[in-house]
Amino acid sequence: MNNRSHTPFIRTVKISERSSNDILKIRIAAFVLALTAGGLFILLLGYNPLKLYGTIISGAFRSKMAFQATVKFMIPLLMSSLGVSIAFKMRFWNIGAEGQIIVGAVCASYFALFHDNWPHFLLLIVMFAAGAIGGGLWGLIPAYFKSKYDTNETLFTLMLNYIALHIITYLRDGPWKDPGSSGFPKIARFTANAQIDKVLGVHFGWIIALILVVIVFIYLKYTKHGYEISVVGESKSTARYAGMDVKKIILRTMIISGGICGITGMIQAAGSDMTLASSVAGGVGFTAIIVSWLAYLNPFGILLVSFLFSILDKGSSVMQSTYGLSTYFASVLQGIILFFILGCEFFIRYKFVLTKKGGK
Amino acid sequence: MLKKNDNYAIELKGITKSFGKVIANEDVNLGIKYGEILALLGENGSGKTTLMNILSGIYYADEGTIFIDGNEVFITNPHEAIKLGIGMIHQHFKLVEVFSAMDNIVLGTRGKYVKNSALKEKILEMSNKFGLEIEPDKKVYNMSVSEKQTIEIMKVLYRGAKILILDEPTSVLTPQETEKLFVILRRMKEQGNAIIIITHKLHEVLAISDRVAILRKGKVVDTVNTRETNEKQLTELMVGRPISLEIKRPETSSKKTVLKVVDLSVVNEDGTIGLNNINFKLKSGEILGVAGVAGSGQRELCETIAGLMPAKTGAVLYNKENIIGKTPDEIINLGISMSFVPEDRLGMGLVGSMDMIDNMLLKSYKKNKGFIIDKKPSRQLAEELVEKLSITTPNVETPVRMLSGGNVQKVLLGREIESEPNVLITAYPVRGLDINSSYIIYDLLNEQKKKNVAILFIGEDLDVLLELSDRIMVLCHGELMGLVDAKNTTKEEIGLMMAGRKMEGVDSDE
Repeated sequence: MNNRSHTPFIRTVKISERSSNDILKIRIAAFVLALTAGGLFILLLGYNPLKLYGTIISGAFRSKMAFQATVKFMIPLLMSSLGVSIAFKMRFWNIGAEGQIIVGAVCASYFALFHDNWPHFLLLIVMFAAGAIGGGLWGLIPAYFKSKYDTNETLFTLMLNYIALHIITYLRDGPWKDPGSSGFPKIARFTANAQIDKVLGVHFGWIIALILVVIVFIYLKYTKHGYEISVVGESKSTARYAGMDVKKIILRTMIISGGICGITGMIQAAGSDMTLASSVAGGVGFTAIIVSWLAYLNPFGILLVSFLFSILDKGSSVMQSTYGLSTYFASVLQGIILFFILGCEFFIRYKFVLTKKGGK
Repeated sequence: MLKKNDNYAIELKGITKSFGKVIANEDVNLGIKYGEILALLGENGSGKTTLMNILSGIYYADEGTIFIDGNEVFITNPHEAIKLGIGMIHQHFKLVEVFSAMDNIVLGTRGKYVKNSALKEKILEMSNKFGLEIEPDKKVYNMSVSEKQTIEIMKVLYRGAKILILDEPTSVLTPQETEKLFVILRRMKEQGNAIIIITHKLHEVLAISDRVAILRKGKVVDTVNTRETNEKQLTELMVGRPISLEIKRPETSSKKTVLKVVDLSVVNEDGTIGLNNINFKLKSGEILGVAGVAGSGQRELCETIAGLMPAKTGAVLYNKENIIGKTPDEIINLGISMSFVPEDRLGMGLVGSMDMIDNMLLKSYKKNKGFIIDKKPSRQLAEELVEKLSITTPNVETPVRMLSGGNVQKVLLGREIESEPNVLITAYPVRGLDINSSYIIYDLLNEQKKKNVAILFIGEDLDVLLELSDRIMVLCHGELMGLVDAKNTTKEEIGLMMAGRKMEGVDSDE
């Protein structure tokens, strides 16, 4: 009964720990492979992949204006990624950045629309605070139910997105409808007084975003709060054992996470859209999830990844005008990159081994 | 076809298995005959479980050959192992609680449907043959630990296993239940089965086995006939050098009650009784041992005193102040320290992904002034501990989950002791430790005792409890069965209490 045929040819073997150098190499390899796979996809569509990639890069950098547009793409993505990463660090799956962005934008817009006679900087500061509070409260709702009734935060935050979205629609079609739009349902454009000023050609949201990178980094790494977030994320029972007030930490962290997303909404409305549009979040809240994971929740990594994603976004809009390819191509490529980067985790933890023939 | 020595039911030749850089098994040669009980003895981390997992198809060896009945076989998955007649009885039961014994036994077998009555008959017939006591219709959740284990054994026998592997089968049993299990094993041996029993308890090895294979650092260092050996020789083979097995019990004076538990009852989240009307006193400068079968209320006792679990009734008085209702934080600040080493070792005392420095902070970070944490003192503390307790780690920045079990426990206990507690509650501090590390931990506890710390020591090994503790209290189903003087009691007496016999009027501290 020699059952040699059952011998596995290739086996997976767990690796105890790879050096960080090796890990970096694997991730770079995964990135290159992702571009290759994306290239194959382009080939299938009948285009030259190198040329298309070239167009993406040049599209993002070819002129000062193009670069400014890239940065403009990056600001909301960077900020909301920072926001969700704080929650993710606590293993709280905040899928609700979209909603938090929207509610932040709505709260800020109230002041932009109805108090635009206030002094410029006071108005902006109030809008900023309103955005933070609005987003923070929207983040607090699922956190409250999570800490009180242990509800599933993934579903909860996701569903709140749709509620937020329809709040905008309601305001647009009803109370906040622009009387000057001759019946077309839209919200009035903010006056110049309620718009965010430009610094170096881009609204100063980019400065806030960069400051946030540093703040979030320090917050997570060097403060008591950051320490508590890590411990709660690792194990709630350990946190309780250490005398931490887990409920309080969950609530506080989600206010901050949602608050940052809310600020994103305020900046997007007052710096980019100049009005409250239902597309104020426009999917960045979801892309932010990808960004923060690709960056392994490291704020500086998030800066890098969101920059790369913006290049991809801006570049593919150029690609659309040049080749007539849909901008959704960028989403396809993002998906492929994510797939490969997450897939490479397997190779960080395991390796393949060829089975030596038995009988030795 | 390779024909090998026909005497062996199962024979391993040159088995090597490594995980990354760690070599779990190296060139292991081992054979066992039908009608024989082989004990596999070795400290934790010596590769016993890995080797058995290779046999049962959970792992696949990097190198080496396995022969069953003299034929070379390739065990690539657990199903293959069962087909070859190998049955593994795991340390942790894998049973469906809401199913009956019978359903659990047939679960997962790929045969034709058998009528319930016929099945019951078959199971009863088999259980008579091996002397197993089984009630086929009894639901698993109504069973005691030893009954569940019987079902596990029946499960593999039903699948036609001729070679049985038992991984630490006695760790959950009382001494009396252990004896019963041994009777069953001897009966199975007589029926011609080959049995491998994994354990690190020496007296059990001597009681049950015919031969002992001793593993050290992944290698079989020797195989000896049980009749020709003794505890001392086995220990030396296992550890690699002569070692004293004596645990010291220093005498202390000026004992006064520090912690008084009065009528304490606790209900678990699922509504079951955790503790039922517990009364005892814990004094400074003593080690109060807690004995009991796993799950008798030890965790509830620890967590209630630490403020992690609410009490239903009763009080815990610390220097006459009731600490029930206080937050864990307030209890920590009173100087009551709890270190619980759960089965997965890391559990709730440490954060696995964090390094030693951050783990030192776990209970003290709040004492930092301001918002930013100063990590210098905890780095210093971490380095001190590495030095003092000879913790093996590349550096203090290595995540603690990368450390071996013994070192993890030293980190945990070290931190608790460094916080200079007045009351030290420690549950299973030597769980899974090698002998040498265990003795370091005992010494640490004794050192604290000499400093007049009141120590509640929850243990699993009765021999250790009897030697180390001053007094022993026994829990069973959340009830206090008795509190006895460790010097004037016997293992049998403790065993009976563990199984639920109440000792009347023994509170030896009055």
